[in-house]
Amino acid sequence: MIEFKSISVYYSPMAFIDYYQVLGIAKSATDKDIKNAYRKLARKYHPDLNPNDAEANKKFQQLNEANEVLSDPEKRKKYDKYGENWQHGEEHEQYEQQQRSRQQSAYSGGQGAGFEGYGTEGFGSEDFSDFFQSMFGQGGRQAGGRQAKFRGQDFNASLRLSLKDVGETHKQTLTVNGKNIRITIPAGIENGQIIKIPGHGGPGANGGPGGDLFITFAIDDDPRFKRVGNDLFANTKLDLYTAVLGGEVTIDTLNGKVKIKVKPETQNGTKVKLKGKGMPVYKKEGEFGDLYVTYNIQIPVNLTDKQKKLFEEIAGRGES
Amino acid sequence: MTKTMENLIAITTICTYQEVEYTFINSLSEAGLLHLEVVDQTPYLPESDLQKLEKMIRLHDELEINVAGIEAITHLLERVEQMQEELRVLRNRVSL
Repeated sequence: MIEFKSISVYYSPMAFIDYYQVLGIAKSATDKDIKNAYRKLARKYHPDLNPNDAEANKKFQQLNEANEVLSDPEKRKKYDKYGENWQHGEEHEQYEQQQRSRQQSAYSGGQGAGFEGYGTEGFGSEDFSDFFQSMFGQGGRQAGGRQAKFRGQDFNASLRLSLKDVGETHKQTLTVNGKNIRITIPAGIENGQIIKIPGHGGPGANGGPGGDLFITFAIDDDPRFKRVGNDLFANTKLDLYTAVLGGEVTIDTLNGKVKIKVKPETQNGTKVKLKGKGMPVYKKEGEFGDLYVTYNIQIPVNLTDKQKKLFEEIAGRGES
Repeated sequence: MTKTMENLIAITTICTYQEVEYTFINSLSEAGLLHLEVVDQTPYLPESDLQKLEKMIRLHDELEINVAGIEAITHLLERVEQMQEELRVLRNRVSL
């Protein structure tokens, strides 16, 4: 079963975001205060300092967005003007535009003053919340300055596998944001282990490299085995007669059943090692862990009178 | 071009693409954070180290962290990664 989770969605759609609160500053904050607050928090939540931390990633995106708005006087003015009523702000803005346009047409003979959008640069529009895009448009990124290249966003996914799946190297096709990626899952991968697929995260901006895809493996428990590193542990029932007299017992391994010899007078709880019958060692072809089997000796029940008598004889009580 | 050269990127190319000063990359190398290969007196970066360098450039450009800071962060992140791995292994053991 494949379970894919992307962390590309950051905010609930169209919710108002208090950018001042995000940066932890007052509405009266100066440009310097904004810059300092952003820098301080960015150092705390930067994705490079918080690898595989989706929460920190989300927080960092929020910081970027807040800084984008509050450090730009035009955007800050617009944000402050409409605040929580931003949804109606756009309609009001359009109405004012139309009014200005009519007035200008009247004086200059028809040259309308069209709204000039902001230049697009830096993060891709997908990096901003719906709130931001609704208020500032998809091209809301600040114009001017150098065309900085930004690396795409990292994606996190989780992949659930059974212990048997992990027993051998195999390929699986994942769908990540509409694209199919065929990956090879090396045998012996462990529960919680993360593998990185470079370049398969979000697309970069301005020619920047794509982000990476991090896949966390969740290995389901197997009722037959417990895994510790590359070794497997199992319990098997052993009848009393085989335990006492010796014989053979059939044991489940990851790759099927095997028969092993049981020594006479085997005690309950005896542990035997089946060399090389454990998990394959990750990325070491031909190397395997071991399988440890513990015998649980079963005491016979519903004995016949004859059997009871025989046991009594063995116990030395029969003749007394 | 030899097979080894195929996996090397000229530092000048990186400087142009990433818009960083050569001196910055050189200081990272002097701090032991990168290993530059010199072929015919031209410094190259092994392709396998490119992602590491890009991360250091981001720390420098976006967070204004100097080389000494990057060095400290790199060591700490390595330790964090190591501890996370140990934690993962121990968690799997505890679930036994």
